[in-house]
Amino acid sequence: MALFGPSHAATLADNCLVRNEWICPEYVRSRQDEILSALGEHVWITVASMVVGTLVAFGLALVARRWRRLEGWILGSSTVLYTIPSLALFSLLYPLMLSFTGSGLTSTTVIVGLVLYSLTILVRGILTGLDSAPADVRDAAVGMGYGRGRLLWRVELPLALPTIFASLRVAAVSTVALTTVGLVVGHGGLGNLIFQGLRSNFKPEVLTASVLCVVLALVADVVLLGLQRMATPWRRRAA
Amino acid sequence: MDVLIDAFGWLADGENWRGPNGVPTRLLEHVELTVASVVIACLIAIPLALWLGHIGKGGTLAINVSNVGRAVPTFAVLVLLFLTPLGLSVWSTIIALILFAIPPILTNTYVGMREVDRDAVDAARGMGMDGMQLLRKVELPLAAPLLMNGVRLAAVQVVATATIAALVAAGGLGRIITSGFGRQDYPQMVAGAMLVAALALIVEGLMEWLQHRLDPMRRARRIRVRRAPDVIEAVTGS
Repeated sequence: MALFGPSHAATLADNCLVRNEWICPEYVRSRQDEILSALGEHVWITVASMVVGTLVAFGLALVARRWRRLEGWILGSSTVLYTIPSLALFSLLYPLMLSFTGSGLTSTTVIVGLVLYSLTILVRGILTGLDSAPADVRDAAVGMGYGRGRLLWRVELPLALPTIFASLRVAAVSTVALTTVGLVVGHGGLGNLIFQGLRSNFKPEVLTASVLCVVLALVADVVLLGLQRMATPWRRRAA
Repeated sequence: MDVLIDAFGWLADGENWRGPNGVPTRLLEHVELTVASVVIACLIAIPLALWLGHIGKGGTLAINVSNVGRAVPTFAVLVLLFLTPLGLSVWSTIIALILFAIPPILTNTYVGMREVDRDAVDAARGMGMDGMQLLRKVELPLAAPLLMNGVRLAAVQVVATATIAALVAAGGLGRIITSGFGRQDYPQMVAGAMLVAALALIVEGLMEWLQHRLDPMRRARRIRVRRAPDVIEAVTGS
């Protein structure tokens, strides 16, 4: 027994988990599953929010273009939503989701909140982009017999892509960061780990999750930049 | 919808408006945290942005600081600072709030300074203004709308971040939400959320009004266009 005693004590003392150090590879190794599942939830919530947010924003932008009287109203109400602090918005959505879906403590609550936030940035970006097509280009298309739909799809939308992608990047980066607050309804992805680390005063958990969050935001930015390059090949040729 | 009705019941209960956990105390804490952080952030960011904008350097820093600020979760910074030796004092919260208030002020003020009409700057120099006069009499008034826009964005951001700070340690209205959440008292959580949302909208409205009132060019335009006779009276004292 005496033979194993000292070596056991030594492994305890050497362990960065035991010393509660900020940077701890041992933490990442031993809690790999937990980290990956939090990361997975974070990515899923972000991607779902961005996809739904983009579709809804596109619809709202088309409505605002079709009926210009509604434009101020749509932009105004999305700005009001953006002003409401995230923690409050998720908490307010909780009873609503509870009455509609039977449970408020779900990732759907977080996704709905994040979609509402992204609308402010996305509707504005899509509207600015679609309106930026030069008048003579539009006239030329109409002269060639383009109808409203084809004009939008073949002329205005491609020309709007750089502006739309710029707003998508801003929205994606803030969505990744805001997802953490979803912990208030139990689904904050990496935010759950940060909160757990706070409660147990566990430094490596907090730092690892925080760094992963920032890395995820950067990855989202780079991925959207790549998508933009692929969607607008003519700009690369010109440059 | 029962939770919503119960939330209004919580707000109507006078018991919740008294004592150290009462709404007025929490509101005061929230406002104190917000004002202190925004004022300190202004004292740091405005002179720096005015100087960078005046000499026309550091644009990359002034713009990118906002992009970085967006990518970093406020909640993560609050928790990280709380786990440092600073943690137990209110300063860990205030530092986090300042860190998130600086980017919008810095970026907007810098952009405001750079968007000042170059002709106006050249004319002022031609009239013999030195750097300080140019900054005070030409650049600052013309950059004021964007500067105030930055302060407004910072104030709204700080109100939101101070709410999240309640998850970590600080007081403020967020405490009503988090303690409701912690005790699974959902009506209280929703009531707190309504109070926070109301505060944020009031701050936004107040800052917008202030932005409008403090715009020196608006006064100049009004004087020139509508109130010219009054001004002549005022100037000549007749």
